[in-house]
Amino acid sequence: MFGIAIVIIMAAAAVFAPCIASHSPVDMNLSADNVLQPPSAEHIFGTDNLGRDVFSRMVYGARVSLSVGFIAVFISLVVGVFLGGLSGYYGGKIDAVIMRFVEIMYCFPTFFLIMMIISFLGPNIVNVMIIIGLTSWPGLCRLVRAEFLTLREREFVQAARVQRVPDLRIIFRHILPNAMGPVYVSATLSVGSAILVESALSFLGLGVQIPSPSWGNILTVGKNYIDYAWWLTVFPGVSILLTVLSFNLIGESLREMLDPRLKERKELDVIV
Amino acid sequence: MRKYIIKRLLLVIPMLIGISFLLFLVMHLSPSDPTAVRYGLNPEVSNSARENFNKLYGLDKPFLEQYLNWMGRFARMDFGNSFIDDAPVREKILSRLPATLLLEMVSLFVILLISLPLGITSAVKKGTKFDNISTITVFIGYAMPTFWLALVLIYIFGYKLEWFPISGMNPWYFQYLSGFDKIKDVLWHLVLPVAATSFGSLAVLSRYSRSSMIEIMEQQYIMTARAKGLTENRIIYVHALKNALLPVVTILGLSLPGLISGSFIFETIFAWPGMGRLGYEAIMNYDYPVVMGVSVMATLLTLFGILIADITYAFVDPRIRYERKK
Repeated sequence: MFGIAIVIIMAAAAVFAPCIASHSPVDMNLSADNVLQPPSAEHIFGTDNLGRDVFSRMVYGARVSLSVGFIAVFISLVVGVFLGGLSGYYGGKIDAVIMRFVEIMYCFPTFFLIMMIISFLGPNIVNVMIIIGLTSWPGLCRLVRAEFLTLREREFVQAARVQRVPDLRIIFRHILPNAMGPVYVSATLSVGSAILVESALSFLGLGVQIPSPSWGNILTVGKNYIDYAWWLTVFPGVSILLTVLSFNLIGESLREMLDPRLKERKELDVIV
Repeated sequence: MRKYIIKRLLLVIPMLIGISFLLFLVMHLSPSDPTAVRYGLNPEVSNSARENFNKLYGLDKPFLEQYLNWMGRFARMDFGNSFIDDAPVREKILSRLPATLLLEMVSLFVILLISLPLGITSAVKKGTKFDNISTITVFIGYAMPTFWLALVLIYIFGYKLEWFPISGMNPWYFQYLSGFDKIKDVLWHLVLPVAATSFGSLAVLSRYSRSSMIEIMEQQYIMTARAKGLTENRIIYVHALKNALLPVVTILGLSLPGLISGSFIFETIFAWPGMGRLGYEAIMNYDYPVVMGVSVMATLLTLFGILIADITYAFVDPRIRYERKK
């Protein structure tokens, strides 16, 4: 429940950002009494080095994090399910080629690859979404493939094959719906990791570019003033942590719901 | 066993070719032009000079030829010269490699040292307060933005408590220290980077060793051991532990890419003079040869680590060895 509550709060902040934000997220105010102010009634999360309201930047930053999380995972779902489905259904050479490729992706320090591609294509939120999506599918692909390997031997698939249902229709209409359970779980967990990757990229200056706000690039400023402006580091960091934690908790409870055999997971009741 | 190792070693080659091709393709397709990066808007540089630059680095050749040339030079461990300062990439990487290796090795050691006992104690004391607390901690560890953790560590231990240095490896006074003090000083500088680097994998690994241990404790041979009247300690540490650690070896190998990825972030944050920071700077400067060199080195390191994990696995688990023989 905790997880769902946090995600709803964050999503509400993202959707209604213009109503919630007390100030403009980008307007600067460089007067000395407005720069790097600690939290107060006027600026509840304080202000940054350019006198911008941190709370408003955080609210708009929620948009970035959540949209990157969802869209990146959507892209990786499409690619992962498609390739995993082909691989698991056909087996043989197609499977070998796709799986070798997946293994290569597994062995490579993906974050460096993402950094590289983004710096060459130009850092902006659309590229970040696409590239995180296109580099995070191998796990999903393996999962879908494993599901397909068992499902393709089942009678209903053979029945469909006997009726000369086209392969693609068997894959996506007959088998896929039965394989979706674990996919949803994995996708929920991936949203969390996509948010982590995005914030790390923005932190390194390879994600959302200033002046546009994101949790990661607020932390970049926070790093430079870490010795006396704690609010620039604490608030964005805690929001990232809570959001990712929430998606992970939702993923875990989904897993439990979909597979009651997993009694082992019961210990999570402590926190879920 | 030797056959198995050789077979695994040979598998690294196609892997490396695949990865380098992928990287080369990405770099080739990127819209940024190294000539423009090098000479930018400098009006002094004529078009013919630009063409010369392209020729010098073979950038005017077709894609496949460029790749084959690069592979040929790579086989001789020659990554070309940096676009920025013309220094040979190999020297640049080699001078940075020890710092990265040091950081990664110490981190791995710390990860093993903490996560295994944590996971196993958690499994043995399943359902107790200790287990619950460690489960929650691990869950938070999964969700932790580790670069933020690095900032928090810097703030608490660097600024507030002033216990540990927050950046660099060899400060200006390093050359004046005696041998033993040098080691002590490096370890001192390692504390925070290692803490940040190891945190993520720590959560993953202790989780795995926990569930693997729980699985083993439910096996029948453990029941037999109990029936024989062995002490609980003997059952846990002699009978169960060995088998519970098997899958952990694989996970350790799989967590290497993450560790190497982390080095690009943490070396930048902690100003650690390693390969990760070199790679980050090269990316920011569009220094293609260095980026290629660093990514190949990073891949090699990862592949090598996974290889060691695989071989260790085969070494400790006779079932794998016999299977391969058949």
